Formats: sequence, C-alpha cells, structure tokens
Amino acid sequence: MKTIITSTGDNLSAKFDQRFGRAGWFCIYDRGDKSTYFVENNFKNSNGGAGTKSSEMVAELGAGQIISGDFGPKAKTLLEKLNIQMIIIDETELSVQDIINRIAKN
Amino acid sequence: MKIAIASGKGGTGKTTIAVNLFYFLSQKTGDKVQLIDCDVEEPNDLLFFKSARKKHSQEVFTLVPKIDTDKCTYCKKCSEWCEFNAITIVKNLVFTDVSNDLCHSCGACSVACGFGAIAEHPRPLGVISEYSIEFGARVIEGRLEIGSALQTSLIKKVKKYAEQEEWISLFDAPPGTGCPVVETVSDADYIILVTEPTPFGLYDLQLTIELICELKIPFGVIVNKAGLGSKLIYKYLEENNIELIGNIPFSKAYASRYSKGELLQNLPEEMAGYYEQTVEKILSITKVK
Repeated sequence: MKTIITSTGDNLSAKFDQRFGRAGWFCIYDRGDKSTYFVENNFKNSNGGAGTKSSEMVAELGAGQIISGDFGPKAKTLLEKLNIQMIIIDETELSVQDIINRIAKN
Repeated sequence: MKIAIASGKGGTGKTTIAVNLFYFLSQKTGDKVQLIDCDVEEPNDLLFFKSARKKHSQEVFTLVPKIDTDKCTYCKKCSEWCEFNAITIVKNLVFTDVSNDLCHSCGACSVACGFGAIAEHPRPLGVISEYSIEFGARVIEGRLEIGSALQTSLIKKVKKYAEQEEWISLFDAPPGTGCPVVETVSDADYIILVTEPTPFGLYDLQLTIELICELKIPFGVIVNKAGLGSKLIYKYLEENNIELIGNIPFSKAYASRYSKGELLQNLPEEMAGYYEQTVEKILSITKVK
C-alpha cells in the first residue's frame, strides 16, 4: 500500500508540511518495497478548491493513506468518499524521514 | 437612475445611510424610489421598517452539474475546464464528484463534455422578497440560503428582479471590496461611499476607491459618525479631489435608537437637516428631477 506524506520539499530531509491542500510536495512511500519518490503539488497556489484538487491528485497517485497536519472540510469529505485514510500528526518539527522511520517501526 | 451605497469597512453606517436616503429621497421625488438590500448574507434594511408588508416572495435557484457515470469516459476535460476546482474525476477508481460549495454555476463543464454526461440540476440559492411600506415605491431584499457561498449569483438575480427604469433604485451593497460588492455596484450610475473618520475607515475607503476607479463610475463620499476619530479622512478627500457629499455627525442618542430599530422615528431636526442637505446634493449631482 502507498502512504503519502505532505512535505515542504522534494527530499527525505525536508520538513513535514502541516498543510494538505496547500502542501508543497507529496512524498509517496511504498510500504511493500520501502521506496519513496516526490511529486510537486500542482494545486498549492489555487485560488480555491486546493483541498479538493489535492485529494484528486493523491487518489490518482494511488494512495491508501495520507499523513498531514490537518485536512480542510472539503478535502475531508472527499477523501472519505475516496476511501483514503487520513492520519493527522500535529508535531511541527519532524522531517519526512522521521515519519517514515515511525511507519517502519510499526 | 441606479445609485449604489457601498463602504469598504463594515460598520460605517451603510444601512443607516441607505435607509435614511430612501426616506428623504421618497419625500423629494413623490415616492419614486426603491431600496434594494443586496447584503444578502445578512440583509437588515427591513429591520427599520416596522410596518413593512410582504407583497411577494420567491425562492430562486442556481444550476449545478451532475455527472452521469454511464456516459462519462473519465477524460477529465470538465474538471480541467472548471475554474473553481469543483469537479473531481479519478479514472483508476472510476470516481466522480461535484462540490456544490465550490461550483459557481458557470456551465463550462457541460460545454466541455463531449459525451453528454453532464446534466444540470437546480439548487436553492436564496429568497427574493418584495415589501411595501408607508413611503417609497418598495423595498426588495435578497436573503442567501444558509451555507451557500454564491452571494454574487443571488445579487445578480435580485438586481434583475428589481429592474425598473422610472424610479431611483438605491442598492445597499455588502461591506468589503469582493465579488458581491463588484456585482452590486458594477452597473450603477453613481456610487455613494460611506466611511467613518478613523484610520480603519480611511484605509478601507482607499481600497474601495481603487476598485471604483477601475469600474469608472462617478462617486462621492459621505462621512458618517463625524466628530469621532481624526481629520485624516478629510485631508485625503481634499488632496485627491473627491467630493464630500455628506457629513453626518456622531450622536450617541441616535446610535441608541438605531439599536432598537428606530432609525426613522422621531429623527432629531438637526439630523434630518444633514440628510436633507445630502439628498439635495445627490439630486443635483445625479440630475434627477
């Protein structure tokens, strides 16, 4: 299964992005082969509907889970309909690698 | 003659001025004035007309798309055309969704779809009501459906309902400088900007003036609650050659009557004098007989 982590940059040492719809990057982590790659969020600067379009984007990337700091009401409704599990982490100083380490430990 | 009453800052007295101008203009023009409350998120002009009688009321609708998944090919063209990011299409999950909160009812998606998969369905936008009171021609109010964000669409319909060439139409705009304000004032012949002599009043007035200059509509300023704050606003008006069409002093007794909805009852003679002067000025500027 693929887990997507919102990230402020395009590499594992980048800080975890607290925002979902307006996250800078998405880190796609494959729990099977432990591989990662980064995709830039095309919708981070949308005037409106950033959460909706970002939900569509993570669904197209094949996410089963998404880890972020928070989800707006429209994104929440849509991610629920898309059957994508939302996980909230409210610690601000983590890197993407820190979060992957936690997943690996579980 | 269409006159819009706007203000950048909220709480400057737009409604107070609109209600009073409606009253005094009615007296001067033999009741050939209508007041249209376009602050559809919180219309409150009617609070001040205790004898208002409802003459007509109608629910209005807007169209939102619905995707027929039997015909949809998941090509995403509708979603790409949507300026408001209201449509979600995920091909690998055979998933479609329309967010009614984001949809602006522009109809682009149904034009974009080459497969006839999009049909438009009505969705409630709000209620337009018409009232008669003991003076003036009528009062019209738009009241937005709770939870809807389509103020602009409703204001458009309220304006269409209120279309009337022979009377003076006073449009009470929402506060701010956003789309609902632009929609309210965009085809006015004249705009009255209500402000207060505080730094906040001045700052928001400047924003609104920038907007109106772009729309190229003649305007004048009424300073309400005069005597409070500072003289900065007058300096700004003078330096920029902007017409001051009224200066309504602050009065605590008046504010207290406002809070009880008694704006037009027992109006102090002095206050009535200020409004009469302002109305004279507006009539001479707009050249209404």
